[in-house]
Amino acid sequence: MKPEESATTGADLLVKALIDEEVEVVFGYPGGAVLPIYDSLFKQNRLRHILVRHEQAAVHAAEGYARSTGRVGVVLVTSGPGATNAVTGLTDALMDSVPIVCLTGQVPTHLIGNDAFQEADTTGITRPCTKHNYLVKAVDDLARTVHEAFYVARSGRPGPVVIDLPKDVLMNKHDYVAPKKPVQHKSYRPQVKPELKKVEEAIELIAGAKRPIFYAGGGIVNAGPKASKLLTQFVHTTGYPITNTLMGLGTFPASDKQFLGMLGMHGTYEANLAMYHCDVMINIGARFDDRITGKLAEFSPKSKKIHVDIDPSSINKNVRVDLPIVGDAGHVLEDMIRVWKAKQPKVDHKALKAWWAEIDKWRARNCLAYKQDKETIKPQYALERLYHHIKDKDHYITTEVGQHQMWAAQFLKFEQPNRWMTSGGLGTMGYGFPSAMGVQIAHPDALVIDVAGEASIMMNIQELSTVAQYRLPVKIFILNNQYMGMVRQWQELLHGGRYSESYMESLPDFVKLAEAFGAVGLRCHDPAKLDDTIKQMIDIKKPVVVDVLVDKTENCFPMIPSGAAHYDMLLGPDDRAAKPVSEEGMVLV
Amino acid sequence: MTSSHTISVLVDNEPGILARVVGLFSGRGYNIESLTVAETDAKENLSRITIVTAGTPMVIEQIKAQLDRLVPVHKVRDLTVEGPHIERELALVKVKGTGDKRVEALRLADVFRAKVIDAKTDSFVFEVTGTSDKVRTFVGLMESLGLVELGRTGIVAMSRGGEAL
Repeated sequence: MKPEESATTGADLLVKALIDEEVEVVFGYPGGAVLPIYDSLFKQNRLRHILVRHEQAAVHAAEGYARSTGRVGVVLVTSGPGATNAVTGLTDALMDSVPIVCLTGQVPTHLIGNDAFQEADTTGITRPCTKHNYLVKAVDDLARTVHEAFYVARSGRPGPVVIDLPKDVLMNKHDYVAPKKPVQHKSYRPQVKPELKKVEEAIELIAGAKRPIFYAGGGIVNAGPKASKLLTQFVHTTGYPITNTLMGLGTFPASDKQFLGMLGMHGTYEANLAMYHCDVMINIGARFDDRITGKLAEFSPKSKKIHVDIDPSSINKNVRVDLPIVGDAGHVLEDMIRVWKAKQPKVDHKALKAWWAEIDKWRARNCLAYKQDKETIKPQYALERLYHHIKDKDHYITTEVGQHQMWAAQFLKFEQPNRWMTSGGLGTMGYGFPSAMGVQIAHPDALVIDVAGEASIMMNIQELSTVAQYRLPVKIFILNNQYMGMVRQWQELLHGGRYSESYMESLPDFVKLAEAFGAVGLRCHDPAKLDDTIKQMIDIKKPVVVDVLVDKTENCFPMIPSGAAHYDMLLGPDDRAAKPVSEEGMVLV
Repeated sequence: MTSSHTISVLVDNEPGILARVVGLFSGRGYNIESLTVAETDAKENLSRITIVTAGTPMVIEQIKAQLDRLVPVHKVRDLTVEGPHIERELALVKVKGTGDKRVEALRLADVFRAKVIDAKTDSFVFEVTGTSDKVRTFVGLMESLGLVELGRTGIVAMSRGGEAL
């Protein structure tokens, strides 16, 4: 059959290609340029489409879906504003290495460059915020491009890929030919297997350590659940302490006694001091982000550093390391365990005992302590109680961005990977709720909770309509302090308490707001009633918005002020202003 | 600590590739001293980009890693560190003048082995090739002899010996 006689349009072909990529669900919003795709979606029942209420939310939902399943999240938006609205989500996915394929509509090829209605230079706009992007100019290139895009999105360090689809390409006819598997890319072939010699060198360094620490990040989540198991096994074999980055929480069980908690700006005292004083640092799948290192010149000055990363551009970017290993975290850990078993190295148990004794002293400072009274709910208390009630249930947590996010990272415990969805790199307020929708779609029977602040939740509140439509029983747990809490905290600590524009005036009544969208609203301000409210929230099999009124002035500690070194932590309100923040520090965000 | 490096990049000849490379440099605050690009393999649809950039060793290492990470990039080679290499540049130099100045310009062009590719009674266009240093020197000499216009290609470069990129 000649292509022009084919009954298959570009849009049909696109849907077939998505099904061949084992896509189950697409998050999207229709518009003129993508009408042919919506028509093809209408005529089939293999792909499920979730209609969001804003394109940014479509990308975050796809991110939640992707991070909680390890699969590629798929987004479908129209041209012009559809594509530009998706940009924040794409940037978020790029920063946090989340595999996304985003299909954007485009005006017909003959109108491109004419300032046509709903035209935007989508490939131009998304070039810096995607791992790669494509403009498909002919229908014969469409299927190949889709399969290549999935390969690029999920291989190596994952990331978002945009495919821009002019409307005429979607309407032209062409036969679909299924791809040969596996797809061989002509230039993009990331290195997943490490050099064995380097792994052997690493084992030698690790075994000889006197004050070692593992520092594990989101790369382990991206390497699949097996990588977390291997990490846990290897850390247990060595008996060494381990800390996680924000993105790496859950890759090592939080309840394990070798776990020091999260590190970084709001990390634990013991994790940060162990990083400062260690002699061998084993970084697996983390990228020495500025939230982790603090003042670079004083970052872990006495250590030999091993850095395992699948992306060579992450190595020696911020911190010069002694032993870089390029490869997938899972493969590297597998090799490390094998070499360790083969060599049976002798660990310096005496030194290790002394190191643990030192760490235990730091632990004894109990850096996450707070004082709960009978009057107002402390946000930390709210999260501790939340964790108490969900810990034995199959649960997933997402967050927005700010103080509540850091408290959630400190007070909720993650025993497994893929259970914690947060915007780490870009710090996108409005991420958590749509992300929770994506998680709930992937795990319909699980308890999915968005830990939110009252400011962040307003950024994608329209999605209450989506959860109502699909009956997604997502829970929104708002720690409402009536401030943009983290902004307020910085203004208090760095700007003389001048609370410029950080007070949330005219907040809605969240209970009535929930009800207006067909969800359930709950409110709690009494510490004595908090447990009942949480239990009620869990028991209601519908979307629930919980407005927890918490202490308005509570700050998030510990805190390494910007530009300071790890040993310069503020441990609590009484510890403040021991040292004024330097001017260099003020400039940093 | 800052030094200049000549980097050869083999890329798919596709729309937007130059924007990706240039956008990477501007987005991350790297420096471009010279950039040339043209198709070099029509059958395989490949182009070769030659970039001269300057930075500390850590920045140069980053630039190479970031370039290599672009999906349509096949190869990245730092000619400055990977053994001896040759660099050439071509310039078109328009000089206007009469009398002694015109004679002197022609004489110097001969010394620099520049070719006359256009001539009027009161002007020449010279084509000069060589290292950037040679081109700069020639252009400097022409300044006092009636230089009115200058076009330079930027550097193309290649390693010495039989090994291919």
